[in-house]
Amino acid sequence: MKDRIGLIAIRVFVIFAILVMFFPVYMTFVGASHSMTALLKKPVPLIPGPYLLQNLKIALLAGTRSAGQFSASGLTMLKNTLIITLGITSGKLVISFLAAYALAYFDFRGKEVFFWMVIITLMLPLEVRIIPTYEITAALGLLNSFPGIILPSIASATATFLYRQTFKGLPEEITEAAMIDGAGPLSFMVRILLPMTRTVTAALIVIQFIYGWNLYLWPLLITTDPGLHPIVVGIYNMLNAGDQQAEWNVMMAATLVAMIPPILIIVTMQKQFIQGMNEREK
Amino acid sequence: MRDKQIIYKSPVLPYLLILPELVIILLFFFWPAAQAFYQSFLREDPFGLSSTFIWFENYRYVLTDPFYLSSLKTTFFFTLWVTLFTMVSGLGLAWLVFQLKERETYQTFIIWPYALAPAVVGVIWYFIFNPTLGVLPWVLSLFGGNWDPKLLGKQAVLMVVIALSWKQISYNFLFYLAGLEGIPKSYTEAAMVAGASRSQIFFLIIRPLLAPTTFFLLTMNMLYTLFDSFGTIHNLTHGGPNHATENLVYKVYADGFIGLNLGASSAQSVIIMVMAVALTLFQFKFTDKGGRA
Repeated sequence: MKDRIGLIAIRVFVIFAILVMFFPVYMTFVGASHSMTALLKKPVPLIPGPYLLQNLKIALLAGTRSAGQFSASGLTMLKNTLIITLGITSGKLVISFLAAYALAYFDFRGKEVFFWMVIITLMLPLEVRIIPTYEITAALGLLNSFPGIILPSIASATATFLYRQTFKGLPEEITEAAMIDGAGPLSFMVRILLPMTRTVTAALIVIQFIYGWNLYLWPLLITTDPGLHPIVVGIYNMLNAGDQQAEWNVMMAATLVAMIPPILIIVTMQKQFIQGMNEREK
Repeated sequence: MRDKQIIYKSPVLPYLLILPELVIILLFFFWPAAQAFYQSFLREDPFGLSSTFIWFENYRYVLTDPFYLSSLKTTFFFTLWVTLFTMVSGLGLAWLVFQLKERETYQTFIIWPYALAPAVVGVIWYFIFNPTLGVLPWVLSLFGGNWDPKLLGKQAVLMVVIALSWKQISYNFLFYLAGLEGIPKSYTEAAMVAGASRSQIFFLIIRPLLAPTTFFLLTMNMLYTLFDSFGTIHNLTHGGPNHATENLVYKVYADGFIGLNLGASSAQSVIIMVMAVALTLFQFKFTDKGGRA
């Protein structure tokens, strides 16, 4: 009996904590559903208003009316985000898979050196090499371009090591059977390894999708053309609309649009996400 | 390293396989890092037309710059409070949820903030904290409080700490829950039979067994506050008011891209690089291997 009361108390407390965590997102929703006049009134509106669809429409089709930098519509920015996210996710998976395959199944000169180079990239986040990375991207003529946003972001030590570790954990009989069947190294990779590492690939897709979707500093730096901005950068431009009062209602609508896809991915692919996180710890 | 697998033999293929990753790493990681190191010893005019080798002058300049020292302090402050706050609440929530049968449902409702972009986190909290239309300043004003993070550095700092922590709790929760699930049931059952209370079980048995998770999270939270906070700070405060919320990474950006002081910015990059190396090695030591996306 005492235990049951305890469990109920725990549930009540956990639900309360979840509601507190949820509050800022609820307010985003409220902000996205009012007119600017309503938002500026006191008391601050705490329940949703009638303008959600209208604000979403403005955010997606027109962007904010503010002068100056911001001109791309939400749809354009969503398209940009999607291109960047897919480019980064597939790029990371492909080059990591290939490198991991070489590391796990081949003996070659310089293998150790390459292995250590990949480890060292973990210690060189973008923030510590930001200006020279900008300079070399400029020198390659990649400023204001999707390849310029994507290519510097696709090296992944995590994915490389995760694949390598998974390859090494596969039963030896599989490689032996493939050898007896006369499978060459490339057909072995495509026909056996690729399908056998499906679950790892799924976990990595979830994690790298979120990474790519949320990429901010790099596209902010190398794109001056608003037509190339991912939505996360676009929202920043709305926030800094210059002299005019920022249109918070439209901005909050755009914020909803920017945050819902990655949240949906995490919630619907929770199993893969958690597996991916735990694998990273190892 | 367990090399029991059959090794294919080919003189060219392995190099072709590593080539894409190698090119990316060399072009966008090693070359820029080396450049940052090199430039930290140079003084360059803003147009990049000429440069002079000046040894450690940039480092001397940076380490005696009062704004740099205050950004060191800010970084330390952010790290301390975000780490402390997210670990305590992450562990607390994980421990409570761990008691419940419908764990997975609660888990779903707690992990989603991980999916949010740091920049989006900044926008959301700026909406909440905005002096003209935010809900918290309004509530505070009803009690006679004065809220103006655009003037008051302490309030801006508080705002950043709250926003950064809010996102990171779910990460700590997730790893602590996984840690709790990894503890054999027999340990806690034996303690229960012996008549230990819930809190005794928690503090005397569970907490020590979670030490590896705690070490892992400690470094991950430090890396998060240092490197993933840029978007949040950029949207919330722009490092202001009067540099009050500039951490080390934000200052590299501000000095390099806005102030155009390349030498000083590079010297700061190198200092952060040393920190990143130290943190990563620390992480390797305690968790065998590391991992960041």
